[in-house]
This record gives sequence, structure tokens and C-alpha cells, in this order.
Amino acid sequence: MLGLRLYMAQRLSAMVMGPLVLGHLAVMVYAIQGGLSSAEILARTQGSVAWFLFYGGFVLAVSIHAAIGLRVILHETTGLRGLALELFTWVMGLGLLIMGARAVAAVTVL
Amino acid sequence: MEVSVWRGAGDRGGYQAFSVPAHDNQTVLDVVSWIQQAVDPSLTYRYACRVGMCGSCAMMVNGQPRWTCRTHVKRVLEDGKLQIGPLRNLPVIKDLAADMDPFFDKWVKAGGVHKPSRSRAEPIQQVSPDEPGRVVANTAIECINCSVCYAACDTVAGNPDYLGPAALQRAWTLYNDVKVQDRQAILDAATGPGGCMNCHSQGSCTRFCPNELDPLSAIAGLKRAAAKSFLKGRG
Ligand code: HEM
Ligand code: SF4
Ligand code: SF4
Ligand code: FES
Repeated sequence: MLGLRLYMAQRLSAMVMGPLVLGHLAVMVYAIQGGLSSAEILARTQGSVAWFLFYGGFVLAVSIHAAIGLRVILHETTGLRGLALELFTWVMGLGLLIMGARAVAAVTVL
Repeated sequence: MEVSVWRGAGDRGGYQAFSVPAHDNQTVLDVVSWIQQAVDPSLTYRYACRVGMCGSCAMMVNGQPRWTCRTHVKRVLEDGKLQIGPLRNLPVIKDLAADMDPFFDKWVKAGGVHKPSRSRAEPIQQVSPDEPGRVVANTAIECINCSVCYAACDTVAGNPDYLGPAALQRAWTLYNDVKVQDRQAILDAATGPGGCMNCHSQGSCTRFCPNELDPLSAIAGLKRAAAKSFLKGRG
């Protein structure tokens, strides 16, 4: 249940996530060691276009990647196909995007 | 030795127990033949060459797909027991004979039919054995169409449209064959519905292929070629 487009979308979004995950881990380690408080972290991230793009990009990639991945699992375990499967993919993708966007907005938008 | 053998047609059936004399040198196919000749002539199964050439004797043996004519009982016996069933992932015609049609239909769907690039009026095309494409193509030409890999593949089990390891490996062979002119047509077929993108790279196909072929790597090659062609704008 995976056409070439969905396949490429899933692999390319995984390639985007790879470096972003490493970046996220590196920043976490740095922030903890520097002893930054949450208020200090938020002061740096809120209003920052760079952090908005960093975490916004991650959320977008996860939404695409995970929605396609769950679609594959659902099809292979239940045999669901057609419109219902398309609908499931979109609901998953948009749901993750909305939840992620709220988190990104809270951390990076003033 | 205790042998349970699948009996039935279509979706219905069950295992029937037989007691079979054990010998030092005995293949699983020998066991099945003995039951058919000595106990129950109505037992249905399929074989032809008995030497691992024809690919018609594959069955599930203690839950794993095997070419039965070249599988020694000694190597697969578990607690003195043997369970023999029809190949997984295929419809059952009767007893141990699986319907191979879906398997072969998918060879055609995956672009596995050779389309000659020259007519008989033209001179025969010279192919150097060292040409890199030929070297890759050679790795899979010993496939005997036994469907062992197809029965081993969990992706086929979950996604019946998936073309499966043997058909896709065939597509990869033709893709690398210098005698094939329209390589993109093969790639299009191998990336169409049920195509190579659906493989999860777990490699049961390569693990179980009795001829030690490597469909997993062939499919990885197709995926790379497909991704390249996609990025060049042929989505
Ligand atoms: C650096 C991060 C990641 C990488 C490199 C990555 C890579 C991959 C790859 C290559 C597959 C295809 C596996 C296959 O088809 O056999 C896959 C599947 C999948 N991924 Fe990710 N992934 C990452 C992060 C995530 C995240 C964060 C999620 C969920 C929020 C996720 C959810 C899934 C799901 C549900 C599948 C489907 C499983 C399957 O098809 O076998 N992945 N991932
Ligand atoms: S590697 Fe691909 S083709 Fe081989 S068994 Fe796994 S899913 Fe099937
Ligand atoms: S690849 Fe191996 S297991 Fe699959 S059909 Fe060919 S010979 Fe049999
Ligand atoms: S009988 Fe021909 S391969 Fe087993």
C-alpha cells in the first residue's frame, strides 16, 4: 500500500529527521550542562526564527513520516485499503501536525 | 517417526498423523512419497526432478519453507517430529499442492517477461561476461521459481498485492541485462502497485532461498534505482 511517492516522502522525511534529532540531543545536553532554567531557555527560543524553523521542520517531517508508517502498519495488519486508508493517513498526519504545531508555537512564538 | 501432513482443499483442512519408517538418508520428499505409496494413494503433492532443478516440490516443513527433495529429514526433525504443509502465502489446491498462479502472475506484473531488443534478422548481440550489468544480472539467474522466498516473506502475508521477492529479483536481473532496451519500463513495473517500495528489508527471502540467492539485495538495488529515477523527475 505504498506508491513510489509515499515511499520517497517517508524516506526523505526520515533523512530530514536524522540530523534534527542529533541537533536536538546536542542542544539538550548543552542546556542541561549550562544549568539553564526553563525561563532562560524560553527566553532564547521564543521569537527565534531559527528555532521555529528547526522544530517546525521536525514536526512537519514527523507528521509526514509517521502518518505513512502507520498507514503501512494498518494495511498490513488489518487489510484496510481504499478511501478509509487515505482518510486514516490524512487524519494521522494532520493530527500530528496540529499537536506538534501547538508545541512549536508555545516554545518559539512570542 | 511421527509425521503430520496437511490434508484438505482450499481454506478447509487439518493435519493428519502418519507413522513413517525412519532411514539414515531420507529427504522430506521421500517421506511424502512413502506415505502416498504405502498408506494413502490419494495424498496430493507435486514434484518432478528430485534434484533441486525444477522448483516444484516446495512445502512448509516444521513451519519453514523448504525444497523438500533436497531437505534431509535429519536436519529439520524437531523432537522426532515432522509437520508438512502446503506452501505459505498461496491458495491450496489440495493437500500439499499449492496454487502457484499468483506467484507466476506477479512475475509478469513485475516486468519479468523478456522483451527482445533485436529481431532474428539482426546479428546476435555480443555480451561480455565482464560487463558490470551482466555481472549483477548473473547473480540471480539460478532462480528455480520454487516460491520458497515468497512463502517466507511476511510482507506478502500482510499485503497480498506485494509482488514478492522472486518477481522483483527477476525485474532487477532484467534491469541490469544489457540486452534489455527499455529499462525504465521495467522500473515502472517494479515500482507500480505492490512494487519494491513495500519490502521491509527483513531478509527472510535471502535467508530461505535454497539456491542461496539474494532477493533482498536485488530489491535494495531496485529501490535505489527507483529513488534515483524519482529524484530525476520521473515520479
Ligand atoms: C531519525 C528519525 C527516523 C528515521 C531515520 C526513521 C526511519 C524509518 C524508515 C527507514 C522506515 C521504513 C521501515 C520499513 O519500511 O521497513 C520507518 C518506518 C516507520 N517510522 Fe520512522 N524513522 C525516524 C523517526 C520516526 C518517528 C519520530 C516516528 C513516529 C513519531 C516514526 C514512525 C515510523 C513508523 C510508524 C514507521 C512504519 C514502520 C514500518 O513501515 O515498518 N519514525 N522509519
Ligand atoms: S526482504 Fe523484502 S522481499 Fe525479502 S522477505 Fe523481507 S519483505 Fe519480503
Ligand atoms: S529466489 Fe530462491 S527461493 Fe525464491 S523462487 Fe528463486 S530459487 Fe526459489
Ligand atoms: S523436485 Fe524439482 S526442485 Fe525438488
